[in-house]
Amino acid sequence: MKFGLLVNEGPFTHQASDSAYQFAKAAIEKGHQVPRVFFYFDGVNNANKLSEPQSDDRNLVKLWGELATAHGIDLVVCVAAALRRGIKDEILAEGFRISGLGQLVELGMAMDRTLTFGD
Amino acid sequence: MSDVQTDFDIAGVKKRFAFINRKAPYGSIYALEILEMVLISAAFEQHAVIAFIDDGVFQIKKGQNAKVLGMKNFAPTYRIIEDEKEDADEDDDIDMEWRIVVEEESMTARGLTADDFIVGVEVLPSAELTDLLDQQDVVLSA
Repeated sequence: MKFGLLVNEGPFTHQASDSAYQFAKAAIEKGHQVPRVFFYFDGVNNANKLSEPQSDDRNLVKLWGELATAHGIDLVVCVAAALRRGIKDEILAEGFRISGLGQLVELGMAMDRTLTFGD
Repeated sequence: MSDVQTDFDIAGVKKRFAFINRKAPYGSIYALEILEMVLISAAFEQHAVIAFIDDGVFQIKKGQNAKVLGMKNFAPTYRIIEDEKEDADEDDDIDMEWRIVVEEESMTARGLTADDFIVGVEVLPSAELTDLLDQQDVVLSA
C-alpha cells in the first residue's frame, strides 16, 4: 500500500513527528511504500538543519533525511508555512525540498491512504 | 539509496476530501493555515467537506475583530470558500461538490445558531457528521 503522511508539528515539542517517522519506518519494513511526507504548520521545523539536539537524544531532522535517502521518500516542506517560520533553502536539511501546498493535495489524490500526524 | 519520485500521476483522479477545522480562529495558527489548504484544493477540483467542530465553529462566527490582537482578520476569506462552492454548484462543467458543515453539538454548546455564521452552512448532528466523514477518502484536520 502507498501511504502519504502529513506532519503538522515540529520536532521535540510534540511527539507527532516522532510518531510519523516511526510509522513510516514500520510501514516500509512491512513492505509498504511511503512515497511522500508533507510538512505543514510547525511541521516545517523538521527541515531545519540548524537543529542540534543533545548528543544522547534522537535527531529527528537527520533521521528523516536518512530514511528519505534510503527509501526514496519525497520530503516536502510547504513554502508559505516555511517562509513564515524562517525555513529557507539556506537552512534546509538534506532530503527535504520546499514546494507548494498543492503537493499535499496531490499526495491525497495519489496515495492509497493519507495519515495526519498532529497535536 | 533510492530515487525520489516527485511527480505522481493524478490525471483523472477524483477523491473526496474532508477538512476538519477544530480550533478557535485565534490563539493558534491552525485555523488560518488549514484555510489555505482548503483554498489550494479548489484548484484540483476535488470534492470536499469543510467541517467545523469544537472551537472550530468560532472560525466562521460573524463580527470578528482581530485588530485588537494586532492580527489579520482572515474571516472574510471563508466567503471565498462559499463562492467556490456556489460556483461549483451552479456550473455544470465543474465536477466538484463542496459542503460546508457545522457540527450541531459544538454549535449549541457554544450558544450559537446557524444565523451567527458569515457563510451558509449545513448543521449536522455528530452522528450524521461521523457517517459523512466515513465516506471521505482523505481526511485532513487541525
